[in-house]
Amino acid sequence: MSGGLVLYDLPGPRARRRQTMLAIVAGIAVLGVIALVLYRLNQQGQFAAQLWDPLVNPSDKDFSAVWSLIGNGLANTMKAAALAITFSLSVGTVIGVARLMLGKWSRMPVVGFIELFRGLPVVISIFFASRVLPDMGVNLSNWPGGEGLWFVVIGLTAYNSVILAEILRSGVNALPKGQREAASAIGLSGMQTMGLILLPQAVRIMLPALISQLVVILKDTSLAAVLGVYPELLNSAKYIYLNLNNPIQSLIVVGTIFVVINWTLSQLAGWVEQRLSRSTRSPGEETDDEAHYIIDTAEMRQ
Amino acid sequence: MDAVTENFDLFLSGYWTSLKICLIALIGSLVIGTIIAAFRVSPVAPLRWAGTTYVTMVRNAPLTVLLFFFAFGLPEIGIRGSYWLFGISALIIYTSAFVCEALRAGINSVSSGQAEAARAIGLPFVATLREVILPQAFRTSVPPLGSVLIAMFKNSAVLGAFGVGGDLFSVSETLTSARGYAATPVLVGVAVGYLLITLPAGAFLAFLERKTAILR
Repeated sequence: MSGGLVLYDLPGPRARRRQTMLAIVAGIAVLGVIALVLYRLNQQGQFAAQLWDPLVNPSDKDFSAVWSLIGNGLANTMKAAALAITFSLSVGTVIGVARLMLGKWSRMPVVGFIELFRGLPVVISIFFASRVLPDMGVNLSNWPGGEGLWFVVIGLTAYNSVILAEILRSGVNALPKGQREAASAIGLSGMQTMGLILLPQAVRIMLPALISQLVVILKDTSLAAVLGVYPELLNSAKYIYLNLNNPIQSLIVVGTIFVVINWTLSQLAGWVEQRLSRSTRSPGEETDDEAHYIIDTAEMRQ
Repeated sequence: MDAVTENFDLFLSGYWTSLKICLIALIGSLVIGTIIAAFRVSPVAPLRWAGTTYVTMVRNAPLTVLLFFFAFGLPEIGIRGSYWLFGISALIIYTSAFVCEALRAGINSVSSGQAEAARAIGLPFVATLREVILPQAFRTSVPPLGSVLIAMFKNSAVLGAFGVGGDLFSVSETLTSARGYAATPVLVGVAVGYLLITLPAGAFLAFLERKTAILR
């Protein structure tokens, strides 16, 4: 069922009049709330030029410094997210394949590993990496990008690799049984079946879920600002408003950057999903619905 | 492991605070999430737009940005409160967007024939929803709702890292920074604390998922 239209009848003249009335009332209510917020902001002087100018007015003296900070933070966020998704993908593939291919007993440690890191809050994984690794004598400070970056990447990878492993597994399990049987019939070994037949198809079904996971990773990089371990985008905002005393304005700008990037990625995921389900649809095939299910749960996960 | 046994009462009170945060956030986000979901399927266009905008903005912004906005932005416009209040409010707002999407996905999964049949026997919008669609939608919503709530429990750790005092995560900061315990045993203790909730909850959810699974 898509769209709300099925839930109610096509309105007749009376219902249409009533709905128009309701729409007007609701519209006024929504506008009223917005106006109230704007009024409140204005009353408290939050539209003052000195608060906004460093962010929006190129001729302001702080403008270039502010935006180079934001640019830096954004670059660092992207760097951490890109590294985290790369590592998560490779580690996740190994874990996922291990879980799929090992026997009932020998895959126990893998299942334990997955459950362990899936149940742990990401903020703890990152905190863990930043406190426990140095205690254990692991020195990351001369790694490229500095240790803060690697604390974030390690923490994010610990969580997201097991999530991607599970997405991969449901992707493989969603494939029709005939794929595996046909691969065995032409004499492929278990590893060959996985690598040549199952994984490529699973990755295809999973592509939207993978993109959605990227949104989760991007959002989670900002946990570094709370822990104070890595100068990413939100940290830049913090630095800006601590100096210019404009938290609302800086956070709106940085929040908007996050929303725009993540919204674009979500749209991309939706678009890829639509394309895939159009091209793979054939009568009686179940994989499409399964793929939808995977994506639904992936989006909820955060 | 002395760090854990010696400070067991601190761990317990941290645990209790975390659970309290989650209980409040659970109720708040279910209420707000349901209202927003109702907005998003309603026949009134402005409400649909408002709901969609809300979900798009909240879901794509990190929880941390919301937390910062509540804790440091709101006082600027004269809304005063404790970190505790701001922290829970941010968690509620953040979670409600996902609750809304879980419910809406449930509503969308009910086949359109059900709604058409309900309308054919003359049920109006509210009765169609209440008698026919929602009971079925709820079953489908259970697994994603469960995942959202487990995620919420894990997200409550962010509040602790942020400085909302007394919860399970902040126990680790208190013990390692203020009292000088070694980080590893304390953090293992905190991690086990979270796993004690998330693992059984996840297992129960999987069980529930099998129980409520229906063929369509």
